[in-house]
Amino acid sequence: MTSLPRDPGPKKLGLVIDLDICVGCHACAVNCKEWNSGGHMAPLTDRDPYGANPSGVWFNRVHSFEAGDGPASRTLHFPRSCLHCEQPACVEVCPTGASYKRAEDGIVLVNEDICIGCKLCSWACPYGAREYDEDAGVMKKCTLCIDRIYNENLGEIDRVPACVSTCPVGARYFGDLGDPESAVSLLVAERGGYDLMPELGYEPVNKYLPPRPRQETAGCTGAKAELDAPENGAIANPLLRWVDRILSR
Amino acid sequence: MHPALSVIVFTVISGAGYGLLFLLGIGAATGWLAADRWFGVTAFGLVFGAVTLGLLSSTMHLGHPERAWRALSQWRSSWLSREGIAAIVTFLPAGIFALAWIAGEPAYGAIGFFGMLSAVWAAITVYCTAMIYASLKPVQRWNNGYVVPCYLLLGLMTGAVWLDALLFLFGTGGLWAAALAALILSIAWLTKLAYWHFIDKSRSESSAETATGLGHLGKVRLLDAPNTEENYLQREMGFRVARKHALKLRLIATLLAFLLPLMLTVLAGAALTGDLGWLSALLTILAALATTAGVLIERWLFFAEAKHTVMLYYGAGRA
Repeated sequence: MTSLPRDPGPKKLGLVIDLDICVGCHACAVNCKEWNSGGHMAPLTDRDPYGANPSGVWFNRVHSFEAGDGPASRTLHFPRSCLHCEQPACVEVCPTGASYKRAEDGIVLVNEDICIGCKLCSWACPYGAREYDEDAGVMKKCTLCIDRIYNENLGEIDRVPACVSTCPVGARYFGDLGDPESAVSLLVAERGGYDLMPELGYEPVNKYLPPRPRQETAGCTGAKAELDAPENGAIANPLLRWVDRILSR
Repeated sequence: MHPALSVIVFTVISGAGYGLLFLLGIGAATGWLAADRWFGVTAFGLVFGAVTLGLLSSTMHLGHPERAWRALSQWRSSWLSREGIAAIVTFLPAGIFALAWIAGEPAYGAIGFFGMLSAVWAAITVYCTAMIYASLKPVQRWNNGYVVPCYLLLGLMTGAVWLDALLFLFGTGGLWAAALAALILSIAWLTKLAYWHFIDKSRSESSAETATGLGHLGKVRLLDAPNTEENYLQREMGFRVARKHALKLRLIATLLAFLLPLMLTVLAGAALTGDLGWLSALLTILAALATTAGVLIERWLFFAEAKHTVMLYYGAGRA
């Protein structure tokens, strides 16, 4: 049913991405691609991978942006994947019911057995979360690693999305953003995590943490701008006192 | 947005078919149109041919056309689903209407009732088609109040010009038919001009700054795309037509879809008063061909000039 769940539960699973820390290594994108090609899902398309026109489906893509000018400008790396919105138009436009949002945890998924590949959901998503798989003829998107997070065959520590487990700098977090006391919710509150394109009203669940302000003056570290001059007799060692006198001439 | 030929053909040809059906329905219900048998065979042949061709064409862009029947299930939420159902429902009264007309029932009664029903459902179907696009928030050039009137009026317009061609071909055309087509052509033209003016002047609320949330740092620009080659999103949503090409195409579309058919229709009316029925038929057929070609170009532009917010992540400043 592509209407949104009538009685959604309080659980809103999602990701928090720290733009202050992300170094743009693309490890999350690669691991996502690997897991979704080798795990439970059908392989993601990789057409002509070594040829002139490689093309394929990725659930997570890492962009790099520059913001601002001059000394205040920043270079930021920006992983973009499905935000598992609370008002996902991609779910509502689907004519077959293949696109749906789970009531129990808010994850938005595609049922690949009934998807007809009309691509309307990818038009309805402002964030580009959905891509068409030419080989399978269906739409595919980030599943929030639903085949990992509840998977009892994996150790508890591995029951997080592949991108979160692999980030070498810890820029990605996973948790319940519907629980104000959860670690991710507290993090979002503390750092001022925000929605992308809030003006469109999709109410994304994933949050992005803004880069922390730069420290631009030396005084911020607590170090003094100049060293104090040594006091007379302050040097205990006589040899060093002599060296100091010689060098101070 | 990538202008998919199958979708363009579908909306234009089906739209014309539904427009023609609408006018046949109203014409039968009000008694404007006489239920001439061979006229009916040709007209309904055109209606069903156009609508069916259009609907089949639209299934060609699907990844799994064999599952297309599933697209009728989500009418509670999806305009695409609603359009599918409306299209199928329209076939029912339209079929009875066509049979009644061809069988030679009087103009009032059965033909009138099923004519009205067909007209209503034809309009509903085109409305649903237009809403598929108008409901998409990420495409600001579609998500406005001009799209539905444009779709309805352009469908009606192409249907009216086709109707005129049929009427004059069968020798039952009158000045009122030419006047009606001319009126609809003019209104549709003005509406399309208003739409083009709107998309030229309006700006989307969304920008690279709102898309990344980094506007507080200053202007946001793409440094590195996530991929070196084009991906699906760029192919599907990143299609751009250069402004000067778009303007040229708008001019061609205006000439073919509106101006030329308008002139030809007026001339056809004049030829009729001059007792040159064969000339009226020729002119209105030319008008029908011109307007169809023109609306195909207009529809191509409707897709090509549309911008999608996902391109804000790929270097567009505004969408």
